[in-house]
Amino acid sequence: MSGSAATAAPAARRPLALMLGERGARITLVLLVAAAVLVPVLNLVVPVDSALHVPNWLVSLLGKYLAFALLALAVDLVWGYCGILSLGHGAFFALGGYAMGMHLMREIGTRGVYGHPVLPDFMVFLNWKELPWYWYGFDSFAFTALMILLVPGVLAFVFGWLAFRSRVTGVYLSIITQAMTFALMLAFFRNDMGFGGNNGMTDFKDLLGFDLQADATRAGLFAATAIALALGYLLCRFMVTSKFGRVLVAIRDAESRARFLGYRVEYYKLVVFTASAMLAGIAGALYVPQVGIINPSEFSPANSIEIVIWVAVGGRGSLHGAILGALVVNYAKTYFTGALPEIWLYMLGGLFVVTTLFLPKGIVGSVPAFDWRRRAGGGPPGSDAAPEGAAK
Amino acid sequence: MTAVHARPDAADTILYLDGVSVSFDGFKALNELSFYVLAGELRAIIGPNGAGKTTMMDVITGKTRPDEGQVFFNGGLDLTKQDEAAIANLGIGRKFQKPTVFENHSVTTNLELALKAERGPLATLFARLDAPARARIDEVLETIALIAQRDAVAGSLSHGQKQWLEIGMLLMQDPELLLVDEPVAGMTDLETRQTAELLKRIARTRSVVVVEHDMDFVHRLDSRVTVLHEGSVLAEGSMATVQADPRVVEVYLGR
Repeated sequence: MSGSAATAAPAARRPLALMLGERGARITLVLLVAAAVLVPVLNLVVPVDSALHVPNWLVSLLGKYLAFALLALAVDLVWGYCGILSLGHGAFFALGGYAMGMHLMREIGTRGVYGHPVLPDFMVFLNWKELPWYWYGFDSFAFTALMILLVPGVLAFVFGWLAFRSRVTGVYLSIITQAMTFALMLAFFRNDMGFGGNNGMTDFKDLLGFDLQADATRAGLFAATAIALALGYLLCRFMVTSKFGRVLVAIRDAESRARFLGYRVEYYKLVVFTASAMLAGIAGALYVPQVGIINPSEFSPANSIEIVIWVAVGGRGSLHGAILGALVVNYAKTYFTGALPEIWLYMLGGLFVVTTLFLPKGIVGSVPAFDWRRRAGGGPPGSDAAPEGAAK
Repeated sequence: MTAVHARPDAADTILYLDGVSVSFDGFKALNELSFYVLAGELRAIIGPNGAGKTTMMDVITGKTRPDEGQVFFNGGLDLTKQDEAAIANLGIGRKFQKPTVFENHSVTTNLELALKAERGPLATLFARLDAPARARIDEVLETIALIAQRDAVAGSLSHGQKQWLEIGMLLMQDPELLLVDEPVAGMTDLETRQTAELLKRIARTRSVVVVEHDMDFVHRLDSRVTVLHEGSVLAEGSMATVQADPRVVEVYLGR
C-alpha cells in the first residue's frame, strides 16, 4: 500500500484550518454552495427554451441524489472511519423520512380524499376513529424536525449501546444491523402499526405553506438539500480532523490497542453511530418531500447494502469520496434502469465486486484526478485516512 | 479496598498477584499463581510455551477475568474488578507480543493518541495539542530513536521500529507499570541490544515487567527473574540462581 493515506501530523493548526486546509474539502464545499444557488436560478430564472435551463424533473432528481449523498456521508463516517460496517442505515433514513411524511400527512388537513380534518386518509379507510398517540405533535414542524433527529438517534443509541457494550463487531454487527432494518420493514408493512402499511404515505400537499408541486418549492427543497449536505459535510470534517477522528481511525485499525491505551471504545462507537444515524434521518426527511412518497420498501435490506456500495465505489474513508460515489452510482442507476432495466442489479453487484478487487480505495483513491489529498497545496498531507482494504 | 496479606509490605509492591487461577475448557492456564513485583523494579518473566505468561498479562490488564484470586496494583486496588480502559488509565501500559500500532497514522499521531490526557469522546473532539504535549512527543521520539521517521506512516516502519514505537506509546501514557510481552521477538541482534538498553533506561523511572523467551536478552536485562511453569511460579531469583536450579533446567531441557 502506498503511504499517501497517512493522517496529518497533529501540528498546532486551528480546527478551522484543519477542516478546510485540504483542497478536496474546499472544492466540495464550493461545488455544493454553487449548486445550491445555480440549479434553482437556472431552473426558475433562465427561460425554458434556453440551453442552460434546468428542467423541473432534473431539479427533483438532483435533489434526490444529494439526499442520498448525505446518507452516504453518514455511512462513510461509521464505516470508513470507525470500521463499523452498518448494513442497516436505510432504517435510519426511512425513520427520518417517515417523521417528515407524518408531518406532511397532517398538513393535508381537509384536502384528503375523505376530507377528514385530523385523520389521514388511510386511517379513515381503516375505520379508525381517532389519531394514535404517536401521531400527536406532528402537526408542528418544529416538533417534526426534532423527531427527525431524535427517532433515528435514539434507536441508534439503544441499538449501539447493546451491541457495542457486548463487543459485537465485524460481520456479526453487520448481520444484526440487517436484521434491525428487516424487522422494521416487516413492522411498517402492517396496517395496524398506523403508518400507512404497505402503501406508506403519499399525496402530500404542502410544506411550511409552500405547495410541493410548485417549481419554486422544488427548487427551494433542492437548495435546502444542498445546504444540508454542505453542513453535514462540515460536521463530519470537524469530527474526522479532530483528535476524536484520529481515535476513530485508531479503533478501526487496532481496536485492542486503543482499548489498552485507555480509550473506552464503546463510547466512541456509540457517539459516532448515533451522530451518523441522525445525519441519515435528515437525509430521509429531505428525500421524502422531493419524491412525494415514503413506504416500507425504504427499510428493505437491499437498500442498506446499496448505500455501502455507493461509499465503496466513491472511496471509503474519504468524505468527498462518499458523496461522489452516491452521485455516480445513482446516476448510473437512473440511466441503466431506463436503458437496460433487466441488467441493473447485475451491474450493481458487478460494480461492487470490481471495486473490492481492483479499486479498494474507490474512485477517490484510484483516479488521480480525484485524489485531492496528494496534491493538496498548503494543506496537511491529507487528513482523510483511507483504510487499507475495502472490506473489514 | 481489600487489604493485602502482609507477606511483603503491601505499600512497596506495584503488582501483587494472589492465588490467581484461570482455566480455559478445563485447561488450567494459571494455577494459583502468586508473586509480587516491587515498585521501581525491573522484572523478567520467563517460561516455556504454555507456562501462562500471556494469560498472566491478560489478567493484569483486564482482558481476562480470573476464576479465582486477586491482583493488586500499587498495594491496594484490585484490578480484577476493572476493565481494560480503566486499568490503562490507572497507570498500567501493555505492549503486545506482535507489534500493534495504528498503521494508518503517522508516528507522531500514534504518540499523540497515547499521550496521557482525557480519554472521553467529548474531550478529544475539542482537544488541542499544546506546547508541553509537543515537547513530550519530541522527547519520546528521541528516546525511541524515531525522530527522523516522525511524519512517516507507522505502517511503513520496520518490525523493530514498530516495537519501539509501541514502547514509545506506552511511555506517552506515563504509566507506573509497564508490561512488555516478548519485545525482541523477530529483532536483529543490534536491535535486541538496543531494546535491552531502552528498557533498562525506562526502568529507572518506573516499574517494568518483561515477558521473554530470549535468554540472551534476559541476561542483558540483568534483573530479577521469575520462572513460570504450568501456570505457577517455579523459581525466582537472579538469572544465575535460576539457571542453576535443577527444576528449571529440567523444564527447559525437557524430560
